[in-house]
Amino acid sequence: MNIIKKFSLGLLISLFLTISANADKIRIGTEGAYPPWNSKDASGKLIGFEVELAWTLCRYIGQQCEIVEQDWDGMIPALIMRKFDAIMAGMSITAERQKAISFSQGYADEVASLAVMKGSDLEGISTSEGINLTKKTGAVKKDLKTLTSALSGKTVCTQTATIHQNFLESGDVGKVNVRTYKTQDEVNLDLASGRCDVALAAAVAFTDYAEKSGKPVVLVGPTFSGGAFGNGVGVGIRKDDTELLKAFNKAIDKARKNGDISRIATKWFGFDASM
Amino acid sequence: MISSFPKLLNATLITLKLLSVSLVVGLILGILFSIMRINKNPIINKFAYGYSYFFRGTPLLVQIFIIYFGLGQLEFIRSSFLWIFLKEPYWCAIIAFSLNTGAYTSEILRSAFETIKPGLIEAGKSLGIQSKIIFFKIQIPIAIRQSLPAYGNEIILMLKGTSLASTVTLMDLTGVAKYIISTTFKPIEVFIVAGGIYLFLTFLIHNFIKFLEKKYSF
Repeated sequence: MNIIKKFSLGLLISLFLTISANADKIRIGTEGAYPPWNSKDASGKLIGFEVELAWTLCRYIGQQCEIVEQDWDGMIPALIMRKFDAIMAGMSITAERQKAISFSQGYADEVASLAVMKGSDLEGISTSEGINLTKKTGAVKKDLKTLTSALSGKTVCTQTATIHQNFLESGDVGKVNVRTYKTQDEVNLDLASGRCDVALAAAVAFTDYAEKSGKPVVLVGPTFSGGAFGNGVGVGIRKDDTELLKAFNKAIDKARKNGDISRIATKWFGFDASM
Repeated sequence: MISSFPKLLNATLITLKLLSVSLVVGLILGILFSIMRINKNPIINKFAYGYSYFFRGTPLLVQIFIIYFGLGQLEFIRSSFLWIFLKEPYWCAIIAFSLNTGAYTSEILRSAFETIKPGLIEAGKSLGIQSKIIFFKIQIPIAIRQSLPAYGNEIILMLKGTSLASTVTLMDLTGVAKYIISTTFKPIEVFIVAGGIYLFLTFLIHNFIKFLEKKYSF
């Protein structure tokens, strides 16, 4: 009996301690499967640009943080249900998402690109280097037309609930056969196996995969920005958490001024993706 | 929210298609393997035992991943005729579901065969009926009737198992529900509707099996 009493008392105390310890911590949700933005090392520890940036921002805010892992497709619902207080998961700021949550100012931006395996007939498509969909000029329209005919009849793979999926379903490149995956890793696997004719994601997601796996993945077509691709990547925060939003915006300002964002971005991306 | 309902109903058709095709294939596999299980040749019955042991002993999700992502990594499979099927997520799901439900069905039927009273078979033998005819006219009908309640359960489990098809890009009921959530950010409402559809399907299956049980009772 005594043992049980002691045990339950211990349990109660530890429960109380964990609750009180969590109370003033900012919990930041990330996916841990979208290198180099966020990923995991061999031991399962979260690493990547956003993980390192999160610690830096927390230092500027002056509060303790905890980084929580969450599947991509449940990221926004998990934030709304208070499983964590902020999202830093390579999430682009889009009008659609802003209906549900607020975003801090952008901290990094980086273009999207199509990718194929070496030897694909799509390797030869000729478009401009990059297109910005915010202003649909004649040149942009011409490139979209080229892409529409190049992608017709092809299976285009992308991660679910991303700006990339939105773009493919926007009609800008006609009606494409889109296949969606839970993680970018799975997109990469099926691109390599040949189930996907072509894939769309952040350009670095493909170059990172090509480098690590040694598979002949090549980027094709233009790089995409603007329009459906949003306005950079920011911290997602619940709409009623205005204090936290302010704190993050201030911290991002400071980190930018001190060159922290550029330094961390260059370390993980190989180029300065900060904004 | 209401606009997403037709999308969910459409996806229900895919779920039903996955379920019915894999149940038919699984039933054929189940009958074959249950007959192998009661065969006296040790090689044949060990093989059937190994099959059911493997597919009942590993999670369905792992089986789908091995068939979909695992086999897709092997060069010799990609260059063989098998790739025509394995390339498509639909067929990968069907293969995984059929093999899985086939294993359970074979066990259900095996135990049904074993519960048949020897007297019934002996009665047939004493009338001079060929053992082949005894098997088809006595053993199989009794075994199927005996296994109806357990098989009804298996159908319901399989219905829920099909939700794993969404992990290999198929847009079944669960897949579409997740997709709608990812654009509306309303998980509770959408999952309640999807769950309700599953519940309704289970209700139909349950009553259909009950009807069969009554019809073929003895």
